[in-house]
Amino acid sequence: MGLIAGVLEERGIRSVCLSTFAPIMEQVRPPRWLDVPFPLGYPLGRAGDAELQTRILRSALELLEEAGPGPIRRQFSGEDHKL
Amino acid sequence: MADLSDLSLRDRLWYHTYRFRRVEPLPWVESGPPLSGSRVALITTAGLHLPTQPPFQKVKGGDFSYRVIPASTSPRELVCTHPSGSWDRAGVAADPNVAFPLDRLREMAERGEVGEVSPVHLSFQGSITAPLRLLRQTAPEAADLLLKEEVHVALLTPV
Repeated sequence: MGLIAGVLEERGIRSVCLSTFAPIMEQVRPPRWLDVPFPLGYPLGRAGDAELQTRILRSALELLEEAGPGPIRRQFSGEDHKL
Repeated sequence: MADLSDLSLRDRLWYHTYRFRRVEPLPWVESGPPLSGSRVALITTAGLHLPTQPPFQKVKGGDFSYRVIPASTSPRELVCTHPSGSWDRAGVAADPNVAFPLDRLREMAERGEVGEVSPVHLSFQGSITAPLRLLRQTAPEAADLLLKEEVHVALLTPV
């Protein structure tokens, strides 16, 4: 995923990744990523929780408003991280 | 957030011995239209696709192909053929927006938070351990496809 983000950005498309597994993101270092506090398989959090999914999506897209240089890494700060 | 202790012994050994690649120097697009004026595409590596599309294959090095998901698709139509057993599929099976939030993106566009939903979205299969053909062939091809659709922003989601 991080490599695809790099290729997109090389061609002029701004990218932002969600991450459930920091060790790989720290190695691959895509331009922008948001760490989310959920297990593998749950990058947008709970199934059926549209409000939480929207907050995560919004938080990720807001990284695009931050000035470089990258990489930019932020943590999702939702209040309830249980699935 | 998962960490190394969540992986199987086999996957942990792989992590410690694998030579990760990066796109270097770090490519960076500093500015673009505001989000409210941007066309946004989703790219997942969850191995999701329409039932009419070919499944992802369990092949050495990883399947580097991708599927084009039209914007008219309901996430509930999608099937998952990601071959890895290292993640819990229950969430995606119950609600594919957990890894492919097309319904949420549409709602944000309806509220004017993002400009437009891209006419096309993309799905890859993650867990690619031999990424050269991804880097040289399919990822550039996919990026060109999005450029043709005048996409400004891509949100990438793993599993």
